[in-house]
Amino acid sequence: MGASQTRTGNEHQHLMDKTGFSSEQIKNLRKRFLQLSGNEETIRNQRGDEAGAFQEIGFEQFLMVMCHFRPPTLKMTAEEKEAMRKEKLRFLFNMHDTDNDGTITLEEYRKVVEELLSKSGAIGQETAEAIADAAMLEVASTNVPHMAPDEFYEGITFQHFEQILKGLEMESRMNIRFLDVDTTTMRCGRSTS
Amino acid sequence: MAVVRSSCGSSARLTAPTCVLLLLLFAFVSVASASRDDAPGGNNETGRAPPEDSHHHHQQTNSSTHHKKAFPVLSFNYEHVRQPFEISLWILLALLMKLGFHIIPRVSNVVPESCLLIVVGLLIGGIIKAIGEKAPMLDSKLFFLYLLPPIILDAGYFLPIRPFTENMGTILVFAVVGTLWNTFFVGGMMYAVCQIEGAQLGGVDLLSCLLFGSIISAVDPVAVLAVFEEIHINELLHILVFGESLLNDAVTVVLYHLFEEFSHADTVTVGDALLGVVCFFVVSLGGIMVGAIYGLLGAFTSRFTSHTRVIEPLFVFLYSYMAYLSAEVFHLSGIMSLIACGVMMRPYVEANISHKSYTTVKYFMKMWSSVSETLIFIFLGVSTVAGPHAWNWTFVIFTVILCLVSRVLGVIGLTYVINKFRIVKLTKKDQFIVAYGGLRGAIAFSLGFLLTNSQLKNMFLTAIITVIFFTVFVQGMTIRPLVELLAVKKKKESKRSINEEIHTQFLDHLLTGIEDICGHYGHHHWKDKLNRFNKAYVKRWLIAGERSTEPQLISFYNKMEMKQAMMLVESGSAAKLPAIVSSMQNIQPRGPARPRAIPSISKSREQEIRKILRANLQKTRQRLRSYSRHDLLIDPFEDGLSEVRFRRQRVEMERRMSHYLTVPANRQEIPSVRKVCFEPEHQVYTYDTDGESLRGRRASHSHPSASDAAGLVNESTRRPDQSGAAEPRAKVPDDQEDQDQLTLSRCLSDPGPNKDEEGGGSFLS
Repeated sequence: MGASQTRTGNEHQHLMDKTGFSSEQIKNLRKRFLQLSGNEETIRNQRGDEAGAFQEIGFEQFLMVMCHFRPPTLKMTAEEKEAMRKEKLRFLFNMHDTDNDGTITLEEYRKVVEELLSKSGAIGQETAEAIADAAMLEVASTNVPHMAPDEFYEGITFQHFEQILKGLEMESRMNIRFLDVDTTTMRCGRSTS
Repeated sequence: MAVVRSSCGSSARLTAPTCVLLLLLFAFVSVASASRDDAPGGNNETGRAPPEDSHHHHQQTNSSTHHKKAFPVLSFNYEHVRQPFEISLWILLALLMKLGFHIIPRVSNVVPESCLLIVVGLLIGGIIKAIGEKAPMLDSKLFFLYLLPPIILDAGYFLPIRPFTENMGTILVFAVVGTLWNTFFVGGMMYAVCQIEGAQLGGVDLLSCLLFGSIISAVDPVAVLAVFEEIHINELLHILVFGESLLNDAVTVVLYHLFEEFSHADTVTVGDALLGVVCFFVVSLGGIMVGAIYGLLGAFTSRFTSHTRVIEPLFVFLYSYMAYLSAEVFHLSGIMSLIACGVMMRPYVEANISHKSYTTVKYFMKMWSSVSETLIFIFLGVSTVAGPHAWNWTFVIFTVILCLVSRVLGVIGLTYVINKFRIVKLTKKDQFIVAYGGLRGAIAFSLGFLLTNSQLKNMFLTAIITVIFFTVFVQGMTIRPLVELLAVKKKKESKRSINEEIHTQFLDHLLTGIEDICGHYGHHHWKDKLNRFNKAYVKRWLIAGERSTEPQLISFYNKMEMKQAMMLVESGSAAKLPAIVSSMQNIQPRGPARPRAIPSISKSREQEIRKILRANLQKTRQRLRSYSRHDLLIDPFEDGLSEVRFRRQRVEMERRMSHYLTVPANRQEIPSVRKVCFEPEHQVYTYDTDGESLRGRRASHSHPSASDAAGLVNESTRRPDQSGAAEPRAKVPDDQEDQDQLTLSRCLSDPGPNKDEEGGGSFLS
C-alpha cells in the first residue's frame, strides 16, 4: 500500500488543484467511483451507443463533472463567484446542447421539456411542445427585442442563456454537499452493485 | 403633531389644511369613542355619560311623567350599538391613518409605517388622557384571539416554501437555540444587575428575571413583517429573520409557562427542568400536528366545493382559525399550528378552488392582516400612554443594552456553528442584518400584560415598552439606510419566467441525480422522495378531478398564460401593451411547411382563454358604453374612437394570442386568421338572449372541458356567481340584436348562429 499511497498522494494533489476538492472528499469520491464501476478503473456507458457520448469515463473525468457542483466558499470574491456561476451555467448549457454546435435549438429545447414531463403521459407530450415554444419565444424576445417578422432566431446562445437565467443565482443553487465522511456504505437509488 | 405638521407643510402633494383636518377628525372620533364607557377590550370602565345623553334621557323622563307619552319620532339609543360602534370606529380610524400616511410620501419613505402608527397611538392616548378619560389598553385576549391570527395566517399561507425548507435547519437553530440563549443571558444578567445595591431592585428574584427574559427575548413576527416588508431585502435574509420570528413562538410559550409556574412553586428540581424540555417538544410538534390535521381537512373539503364556489374562501379561513384555537386550548403553540395549517393546505386548495376564490382568499387575508397590524400598533401607542408605569432607570437601560448585546452575540455564535453545516455560508453582512432585524413587538407586550404579579408587572411592562419602542423606532428607521449602505442584495423584482421554472425543475432533477451518484442522502433526495409520495398518494385524495395528475410545470405554464391573458385585457388600450415583436414565425424553423397539428389540449385552452379575453373586453366595452346602453343611436364620436381603439386592440390581441397560444400567425391576411382562430368558438358560444339558456349552454359544454387539465380556467366559466359577467353579456346581445346593421355591433357582440363573412371576424366583444 505504501507505493500506491505515494502515487495516489501525488495524483490527489494534482486533482485537488484542478478541481478544488479537499483530500478527504477526493478519497470518498474515489471510493464511490470504485463502487459504481465495480472496482475497475473506468465506468462504462450503460446506454450503449449514443452520439457524442463517451463510452467510458475515468476517475479524473468523474471528478471534473462533480466539481461543477461544488458550492462557493466564504472566501471567494465577487469575481470568483461570477466565474463559478458562468462555469455552472456552461455545464447546464452543454447538457442541453446535445449536438455541441453552440446553440440550443428549438428541437433540443423541446427534448429537454419532454424529458421533464416524460412521466405525465399524453398530456405531457402535447404540452411539452407548447411550453418549449413559449420558453423559446421568451428568450428571443428578451434578448433580441426588435426582430422583424421574417428574421429567424437560430437558437439560444450561451450569452442569451446566461441572460435569461441570471435571476436564478446558480452559484447558490446548483450545489450539492460533498461530505467528508465515508459514503460507500450508503446505497444508491438504483444499486449498481 | 409637530412631525406630521411639518411634513405636511413641506409636502407639495397634500395640503396642510387637509392634514390638520384629518387629524382633527381622528382626534374627535377617538375622543367620541373613548368618552363612551368603553373602547373594545378596555378593562375598567369608568367613563361618564356625556352631557347630551343625560339630557336626552332627562327629556324622555320628563315627557313621560306628563300624560301619555308622545310617540317618539326620533329617539336615541346608543347603548344598543355601543360595542360594535366603537369597534368599527377604531378600525375606521386605523384605516384612515393608514390612508393618510400613504398620501404623505416624504414621511413614509423615511419612517416605517409601524413607527408612524405608534406615534398616532401615542397622540390619541395623550388626547384621551388629557380630557380625563380612561384610555383602552391592548387587552391580551383581544390581541391573541383576534388581532394576531390574521397576520400569522397571512404569513403562513403565503410563506415561500422553497427557501423556507432549504434553510429550515438554520431557521430552527436561530429560533430555538437563539431564543434560549437570549432568555438565559438577559434573565441571568438582569438578575446580576438587580443585585447592585443602588438600584432598589432587591425584590426581583431569579425566576422573575428569567420570566422577564423569556418575554423580552422573542423576535416578533408582526414587527419584523412590518419593517422588512418595506425594505425589500433578498429572499434568504427575509426568510431567515421571518422564519425565526415565527418558529420561536413554541420556545416562548414553553419558557413563559414554565417560568410562570415555577415562580409560584417553591422549589425547582431537575425533574421540572426535564419536563420543561419534554414540554417544548410536545408544544411544538403538537402544534404542528394540529395544524397539519386541520390543513388536510381543509384541503379535503375543498375537493368537493366545485358546486358552491362562493363559500370556498371561508373554508380556508375557518379551518385555519380553528387550528389556531384548538392549539391554544391545549396550550400548544398556536402560531406554529396556524403556519402548519396554511402550508399544508395551500397547494391542494389552490389546485381546487376557482380563480375568483383564490383572489378572494388572497385579498381578504391581506386586508385582515393589514387591519390587524395597524390596530396593533395604534393600540401599542395608546397603551403606552394609558398604562401604569414604574420607571426604573437602571432596569430599563440595562434591559435595552442587554437585549442588543445578547442578540448580537447569539447571532455571531450561532452563525459560526451553522456555517459549518451550510452549503452556502452566511456572510458578515448577512449576520449583521439578521442581528439587526431582531425586532420586538406586541407579542412581548401582551405576554407582559398577562403577568399576575402586580408590583413587578408595571416595571416589567415599562421596560418591555421601552425595548419595543427602541427596536421599532431606532432599528426600524435605520435599517433601510443601512441596507443601502451595506449594499445588501435586494429582492429581485421580476416575475418568474417560464425559462426559470423549467430550469428550476431541471435543476431539482439534476441535483437529485448527482446526489444519487455521490451516494449520499441529501436534501434533494428527501425532497424527491416527498414529491413522489405526494404525487402518488396525497394528491389523489386531496385534489379534485384531473388536476391531481397535472405536473407542476404544466400548471405553472397554464397559470402564466392565464395571467398574461388577463393582464393583456386589463391593460386597456393598445398603447400600453408591452411590445413583443417576435412571434412564432421567428422561431419556427424554415423549410417545408409541415402541417402543424394543433395539439388538442392547446385548443381547448385557447378557447378558454379566448372566452376570458372576450368576457373581459366586453366588460371594458360595457363600461365605455354604460351611459348609453339603452340608446339606439350610438354617440358617433365615442363610437368612432372606440372602434378605432378596438380595431387596434383586436390586432394586438391577435398577435398576442398567437404568441401565447402558439398558433402560427399568418400575419399577411388578417381575415383568414380570424377564421382560423374563431371557427371553433362559434360552436361553443352561441348566445341566446336570455340568461337561462346562457347558463344552460355553458353548463352543457362544461363537461367536455371538464377533462381539461387546466381546471383553473374551467372554473371561471362554471361559476354560478357570474354576476359581473353574466349580466352584461346577457344584456349586450339584447342591444345588439336591434343593431345588427351596424358593423360596430358585430365587433362587440358574440356572433349569432347565422353570421356572414364580415361578422365572422367579430373577435373580442
